[in-house]
Amino acid sequence: MSVARREFLKSTALISGGLIIGMHLPGCSNKPAGHAGPVQNFDYNAWLRIGTDSSITFLCDRSEMGQGVYTALPMLIAEELGVAVNRIKVEFAPAGVAYTNNLLGTQITGGSTSVRDAWEKLRKAGAQARTMLLTAAAKEWGLSPANCRVEQDATIVSPYGKRLSFGDVAEAAAKLPPPENVTLKDAASFKVIGTSAKRLDTQFKVDGRAQYGIDVRLPDMLYAALAQPPMLGGKVKRFDDSAAKTMPGYKATVQTSSGVAVVADSWWRARKARDALKIEWDAGPNAHLSDASIMQGLQRAAPAAGKVARKDGDVDAALKSAAKKISREYQLPLLAHATLEPQNCTADVRADKCDIYVPTQIQLVAQAAAAQAAGLKPEQVNVHTTFLGGGFGRRLDVDFIPAAVEVSKAVGKPVKLLWTREDDTTHDTYRPPAFDTIQAGFDKEGRLTAFKLHLVGPSITARLFPAVVEKAIDPFAIEAAANYPYDVPNVQVDYLQHEIGINVGYMRSVSHALNCFVVESFMDELAWEAKKDPVEFRMGLLAKQPRYREVLRMATQEARYGSPPKGHFHGVAVMEGYGTYMAQVAEISLQPDGKVKVHRVVCAVDCGQTVNPDTVMAQVEGAIVFGLSAALWGEINLQNGRVQQTNFDTYRLVRMPETPRIDTYIVESSAAPGGIGEPATALIAPALANAVYAATGKRLRSLPLARHRLA
Amino acid sequence: MIKLNVNGQDVQVDVEPDTPLLWVLRDTLGLTGTKYGCGMALCGACTVHLNGQPTRSCVTPVSAVGEQRVTTIEGLAPERSHPVQKAWLELDVPQCGYCQSGQIMSAAALLAQKPQPTDQDIDDAMAGNICRCGTYPRIRAAIHRAAELSGEKTSGSAG
Repeated sequence: MSVARREFLKSTALISGGLIIGMHLPGCSNKPAGHAGPVQNFDYNAWLRIGTDSSITFLCDRSEMGQGVYTALPMLIAEELGVAVNRIKVEFAPAGVAYTNNLLGTQITGGSTSVRDAWEKLRKAGAQARTMLLTAAAKEWGLSPANCRVEQDATIVSPYGKRLSFGDVAEAAAKLPPPENVTLKDAASFKVIGTSAKRLDTQFKVDGRAQYGIDVRLPDMLYAALAQPPMLGGKVKRFDDSAAKTMPGYKATVQTSSGVAVVADSWWRARKARDALKIEWDAGPNAHLSDASIMQGLQRAAPAAGKVARKDGDVDAALKSAAKKISREYQLPLLAHATLEPQNCTADVRADKCDIYVPTQIQLVAQAAAAQAAGLKPEQVNVHTTFLGGGFGRRLDVDFIPAAVEVSKAVGKPVKLLWTREDDTTHDTYRPPAFDTIQAGFDKEGRLTAFKLHLVGPSITARLFPAVVEKAIDPFAIEAAANYPYDVPNVQVDYLQHEIGINVGYMRSVSHALNCFVVESFMDELAWEAKKDPVEFRMGLLAKQPRYREVLRMATQEARYGSPPKGHFHGVAVMEGYGTYMAQVAEISLQPDGKVKVHRVVCAVDCGQTVNPDTVMAQVEGAIVFGLSAALWGEINLQNGRVQQTNFDTYRLVRMPETPRIDTYIVESSAAPGGIGEPATALIAPALANAVYAATGKRLRSLPLARHRLA
Repeated sequence: MIKLNVNGQDVQVDVEPDTPLLWVLRDTLGLTGTKYGCGMALCGACTVHLNGQPTRSCVTPVSAVGEQRVTTIEGLAPERSHPVQKAWLELDVPQCGYCQSGQIMSAAALLAQKPQPTDQDIDDAMAGNICRCGTYPRIRAAIHRAAELSGEKTSGSAG
């Protein structure tokens, strides 16, 4: 390192905490001042560590990808521990079975489950620690713990005003047996839960200190860029790296299980040398695959019966005897996740261990993938989870991990392997496409008597968690469909798994986004067929669904549904997903050039007990924008097995000028918490499509909107 | 050796002249607050200031910087004291946060030029910055709030 650089690092260290070499994540890097002697830390359970300096550390076992677990989960602890949430420092937990998400069966951040899974677990962890601290302090005073109390500043106070800090009793308390039974507070006495506590990670995200995977820097680290087969499913036939070898900073070429990596002393040099590789590819099985052939494949498969997910009454008989029958087909395209931080992994493989530093949503699977690539046992792999520059389900896949491990092993040094944006767009595990048929029947009196939905598409779960679908239907293919809420006597929903030759992945709101578009667009069609207002029509069929009714009522009232501004049109959608009930009203106008402008989206949400209402609002806002990109422009096209979109010029995302005003209204509730990271994504497409119908009389039975000519 | 002035410091870097400023900041100088998102000036995650002008560092060859002062998110203001940072904190704008260095640098440059931006000004100045988490409504509100905070500061010091 040059003297200039060394001086630079020294002089800028003050303003850039992110410079610290190694995995020193903000939030856990500052030792509190004022404590004499070395600080000792004591584990109270898998999540909570208390130091002799009274520091309280929460080991966050869920990945922070924007959804706010870095704040919401410590709030659960703080509520029961009895301290202010900003007294708690957050560190990301290692991989471990203790951190299993009980709703999904492994350590995983997904399915909008983090708060729901933690709800009892972390409050109990906080209550246990409080009891232990109180007991230890009371013992020292010779009092009963029942007479002592915890104060917000992490001290324990006796009835006579004596005080001991958490640090004073940290060791003694940690040696006590954790109490089996603790009584949790009731909702009426919550002091932290239900408040809009400030996010604990914002401070690191406004000055560049937050460390994402891409920011990891280890001593002696090298950088790698990876060439992957441009046709999905292809393989390396042979390569010539003679030109790459002559380039500045070049260190090595490593053929990996997924392509050819070039290693250099900086990423830019690695990338330039990678681009100088001459590679002959074996196109593999997808040489002729296109998005059109994929859709044709689904369409051809569609006549076969699927696995039944829901069956009420006899839908076929009801359709047969219907006075009026309506039958439609809906199609949805492949989509890319497009996390703004491209996929990356930093690996440091040694003879007997391996460290990976990785933005992942699935630590134990990441650990296993790294172990396999390194030729080690999973327990020899340490997973260091960083902040995630977006997740959206993309980082539930671990396809970017093995190459980093293989390269580090080959060169004997730590290696950061980073994909380019183009690598990322063309090698995603895409949101599944769908070809769905849907039928309904009205009787002579105009009552809806039959609803039949036949979903056809590839299964994500069959690839990632095959055991789940061995005997049962893929639960992540039938969301917002099997729970069809409308009061119709004969209902059938089935799902036909049909694979398409490329990997598909979980993407924010997963099948809710597919199925809510189909069901809520079709319900709108049925309303117009029945010559009823779409909201009235829905309300008439939701008599037994008070939570659906309330969000629909609230959203339509706040949006002034039925009296939009002149030239504006409304569309609605309603859904339950992740235990959360939601309704959206989209307000649009048609521009003279035929383009749709989305002016405003009103969302009413009943997610039960909120932990942090401000985060709920933020997630609703973000999820609507996310869903709007997909609805307006989102599609991945393939030609000859190659993804055609490469960067943000061809894979368009919503930007500031296209962002509508978003108004979110939360239903007060003490019901069990529902998930909030995902559901709002699913409703915007049908709400928008229904508004487009109201404006133009054109029914969108496929997305994106950009495919359709409206003027 | 190429000379640069970054966050008020003179530095020399030994890189190819066509190396984008982004990678010099991140890999050579260790200033990782500036992010890589697209490499084609399409997303704005790499936005820094050159003599106060918002610039996409991912397409700026280091040799083109010359004597212009480079300011990164790390050098914007001490202790998160810039009105934009304060407003971002007040409104809890970031979600994943990855794009926010770029958003903040674009917003700070906007406010330097237009202390009281209209919504149209915000649309124009911020359209080059993608936020995949969709924090745009809060970014807009926070820019208006930062304008207020700057105004308060100005009137405060005047009085």
